[in-house]
Amino acid sequence: MNNNIYISLLIMCGTVYLIRLLPLLFLRKPITNRFVRSFLFYVPYVTLAVMTFPAIVTATDNIWSGAAALAVGLIMAWINGDLFVVAISCCVTVFLTGLIL
Amino acid sequence: MEKNSLIDQNNANSEKNTLNKEKKTPEHTYPATRKGWILRGLRDGFPICMGYFAVAFALGIEAKRVGLTAFQSFLMSTGMVASAGEFAALLLIASQAGAIEMITTCIIVNLRYFLMSCSLSQKLRSTIPTVHRFGVAYCITDEIFGLSSAVPGYLEPFYSYAITLISVAGWSGGTVMGVLVGSILPATAVNALSVSLYGMFLAIIIPPARDNHFIGGLVAVSMAVSWVFGLLPLTAGISSGFKVIILTILLAGAAAVLKPIDMPDEESAENL
Repeated sequence: MNNNIYISLLIMCGTVYLIRLLPLLFLRKPITNRFVRSFLFYVPYVTLAVMTFPAIVTATDNIWSGAAALAVGLIMAWINGDLFVVAISCCVTVFLTGLIL
Repeated sequence: MEKNSLIDQNNANSEKNTLNKEKKTPEHTYPATRKGWILRGLRDGFPICMGYFAVAFALGIEAKRVGLTAFQSFLMSTGMVASAGEFAALLLIASQAGAIEMITTCIIVNLRYFLMSCSLSQKLRSTIPTVHRFGVAYCITDEIFGLSSAVPGYLEPFYSYAITLISVAGWSGGTVMGVLVGSILPATAVNALSVSLYGMFLAIIIPPARDNHFIGGLVAVSMAVSWVFGLLPLTAGISSGFKVIILTILLAGAAAVLKPIDMPDEESAENL
């Protein structure tokens, strides 16, 4: 069982690294296709937005504390944009609403 | 000081989003030397480190439940550096899945890193030594990718390395701490920590969305579609990793058709 875990970890770490490596290794020249460039430019925004909502709302035990975290996170990111400040604001919101709800 | 530079960074982000049309002088706000980029990376990486520590802590609790030792979970977190990917990995280990199943699941859950790697390949100078391609590949996580792709012009690999160094310290350290002392932490605190990474995602996408209407619309539509996707009976059963891939391809593809970016030529990017 213990050996199995090490082998499993090796297989999975290797797979994940290859996924990250192959495009960087083989896409050496600037892509000249305008559509592909535009597509890749928009990728991070869509990916992060899709991952954040509605997952942030359902991440906690209570939907309302998750929703409050989203609202506070949106406002803080709009005003400030500091990664740490926004992340901590969300955590504090969930903690505080968790005490009330 | 800290605050000012972050505002500068946001300004720079929005400059990039308007595709360097009206670029100011990023020389003032971005380091010119490798050492400067390393220091900048360590500073920018600090909030990621904190956020990672919190999320990895929850991961460590789960790893212990599955039966991993502190050392094994350290290896997992340092080797994989993937939140959803590692939760899936623990699930696979717990269910004693075979190698084929492990590889396929890893590919599906982590396929977004493939897209990010494609995207980041365009941020590297084509003349960069190959060793940096191996190095930067390790630095592709949602957050580190977010910061790396937000710099104007070409990416200095050592910036990514510095962010990664401090972030992975938090990530691996958090996992180990979760295994060791996870059971001591009250449920309310674990609950609160679980939203920290989402907060960081908001901090990455909202400032550019605020400054650029098209990106703002794109972010809003992405969130709405993501929500609807989870409600419709036809699509609700699709795993979250796969959902991210499908929606990214569809929506970023649609955005690219609706509003193609201007093509910066090599030289102007070189001068940034």
